Amino acid sequence: MGHKEMIAMLLAGGEGKRLGVLTKDLAKPAVHFGGKYRIIDFTLSNCMHSGIDTVGVLTQYQPLELNRYLGIGSPWGLDRSDGGMAVLPPYVKSKGGDWYKGTANAIYQNMGFIDRYEPEYVLVISGDHIYKMDYEKMLEHHKELGADVTIAGLEVELKEASRFGTMHIGENCRVTDFEEKPKHPVSNVVSMGVYIFSWKVLQKYLILDEGDRKSSHDFGKDIIPRMLEDDIRLHMYPFKGYWKDVGTIDSLWEAHMDLLGAEPQLDLGGDEWRIYSARHNRPAHYVSPEASISDSLVTEGCVVEGVVERSVLFHGVEVGAGSFIRESVIMPGAIIGEGVKLYRAIVGEGAVIEPGVVMGSPDSPDIAVVGSDEKISRSPKLQEVEQP
Amino acid sequence: MINKAMGVVNLIHETDELEGLTSYRCPATVPFGARYRLIDFTLSSMVNSGIHKVAVFAHTKYRSLMDHLGSGRPWDLHTRQSGLFILPPASDSIQELSRGDLFHFYQHRDYFQRCKLEYVVVTRSQMVCNIDLDAVLDYHEQMNADVTVVCKQQADMLGGKTRKVELASDGRVVQMQDHFGNMDSSLHSMEIYVMKKDLLMDLVQTSLAQGQDHLVRHAILSRLDSLRIYGYLYEGFLGVVNTVESYYRTSMELLRPEVWRELFFQPGSVYTKTKDEPPTRYLEGAMTGNSLIANGCRIEGTVINSVLFRGVHVGKGAVIRNSIVMQNGTIGAGTRLDRVILDKESSVEADRDIRGAESMPFVSGKRKTI
Repeated sequence: MGHKEMIAMLLAGGEGKRLGVLTKDLAKPAVHFGGKYRIIDFTLSNCMHSGIDTVGVLTQYQPLELNRYLGIGSPWGLDRSDGGMAVLPPYVKSKGGDWYKGTANAIYQNMGFIDRYEPEYVLVISGDHIYKMDYEKMLEHHKELGADVTIAGLEVELKEASRFGTMHIGENCRVTDFEEKPKHPVSNVVSMGVYIFSWKVLQKYLILDEGDRKSSHDFGKDIIPRMLEDDIRLHMYPFKGYWKDVGTIDSLWEAHMDLLGAEPQLDLGGDEWRIYSARHNRPAHYVSPEASISDSLVTEGCVVEGVVERSVLFHGVEVGAGSFIRESVIMPGAIIGEGVKLYRAIVGEGAVIEPGVVMGSPDSPDIAVVGSDEKISRSPKLQEVEQP
Repeated sequence: MINKAMGVVNLIHETDELEGLTSYRCPATVPFGARYRLIDFTLSSMVNSGIHKVAVFAHTKYRSLMDHLGSGRPWDLHTRQSGLFILPPASDSIQELSRGDLFHFYQHRDYFQRCKLEYVVVTRSQMVCNIDLDAVLDYHEQMNADVTVVCKQQADMLGGKTRKVELASDGRVVQMQDHFGNMDSSLHSMEIYVMKKDLLMDLVQTSLAQGQDHLVRHAILSRLDSLRIYGYLYEGFLGVVNTVESYYRTSMELLRPEVWRELFFQPGSVYTKTKDEPPTRYLEGAMTGNSLIANGCRIEGTVINSVLFRGVHVGKGAVIRNSIVMQNGTIGAGTRLDRVILDKESSVEADRDIRGAESMPFVSGKRKTI
């Protein structure tokens, strides 16, 4: 087993409760995103472009579809004999086994995996975020500052900060204080959930934390505060660029709208830093003579016969004649019947919207959600589906 | 058909009146149908019919072929139990290029002898169809035929060149053209031949010994009486893509939903080398109608009755009608195209006006700037 300077541990066990029906049978990292991708494609592609060839993917909740999707990692160049991708579910040991009790515990339980590669550094990332980032640059920053821990941070509006871990930054990007989801945030620099640890240091704290019965075994809540107490060298790596936690229906919808427009906030095109996904094999999409598509993303395998504005259609979506779809996200294989009207809707994979259904309203900011494989028939009561 | 037949895609001396489209590639790798290459259709039919051992006779200009086929992964031909074999000229290639396909079979006889499968299905790359070859083999066995040739009844071949065939009422082939003559028949050979491997090897040996070089023209045509040669009638969609006219007209046929729904999905899917292009982006002001559009395009103008391959950019105010734009084409703002075929990586500057005719579309070669 070759020695690796840095390996990645990707936390992909998130249940994604706040995504409601979209994660009923699906781990959050496997949720579809951006017309042909899944959320986890972004972090895996980042690893690939950053030259990281060894990735442990920690799965737990509803792993079936996620595991099948990841396969042996070939779409991300991770089908290697030295390193590559390893899917790491919780397992039973001779003295019994445990579910992953928290993010830190998940890494603790896989210390054996990490030690096989004798890395100097371990990158801990999460499969829930949409962003393009060069982890190699972050590692350079880590080394330059002689840090033990580097946390990627970005500035958000202060009122948004309470959703994240916030950091107080001193001289030289040194982190002086860290608060996980503060009620009244003082700092607007938030943690992106991207950490580089010097492995020796992390190992010590994982073992300490495991012995602490009061700990919730979480990086943000337990490990980082304890390290700060001990005056470990924690630094912040300032990230500039697009980053979004798509953990809620609203943020998932917003992130899709961010892909649209002439100058999108997140551009999926271009040859640099392309996002890779497991391959689909579908013919080109067909646009009928009556159809009209504007300011939208449309993927192979779609058949569009209606009007589509400011929306994202995933592969294999069909939009019937006379339908009108605006500001909506239609996931793979969903069928939209004739004469349907959708405003600000997220329609799950394989769902069927029968002819004539109206969902959402041009005047309402609420987002209508249809779960995977659900069938929506025309009925006055169902015209507006509440967000779960 | 699992473990019963092997496939051969015979690219030796394929009809090539594709002009500029084959300047730098063999006909088998001419891009077709917004994201495929011609050879994808026969390869997909083979694997969908349970043929998992396929030899491709590479002959000339086969760099693009090697690049496209790779390890055979898109067709699941890369697994341990199966395989894709690209068989280029085996020995003295200068001599071999002028010889017929029988010589190529002969040069690679070891490959065939090593193979334990009973039957061989020999196809060409330019018959664009989605066919259940298992049904052809069933027919072959049922008729107790020595050779079965797949035929298609069609009045208008859309400008494609074919060998015409005449069948007796029991399906036996009574006449078959040597080449594209003007035989009065609307029955066309699809150049798909099924026979026992041992018979094929026997035909190779005996014909070559008699100074004959071509599988169909010599070995089969001269044995219409001595061998039981039967015609299997294929009912599905067929495009014969070997001339510029047929390339264009068959591409336009694809815009009919009943045609693409059948060709791309029935009886099985068509596979191709995949690219990691993002979804196609339509901007404000885009207008599209009756078109097939692959991933990775960026559309700011108007696209009507057209086929866009992956990564095509259509500038603001550009109007593309009745045209085919291959991979990574760039159409400048305000430019108008009508009945145009643009090969890969072409770019047309702003405010140009290019028109062709249906029987003679304007064809621009790879990487040209207009």
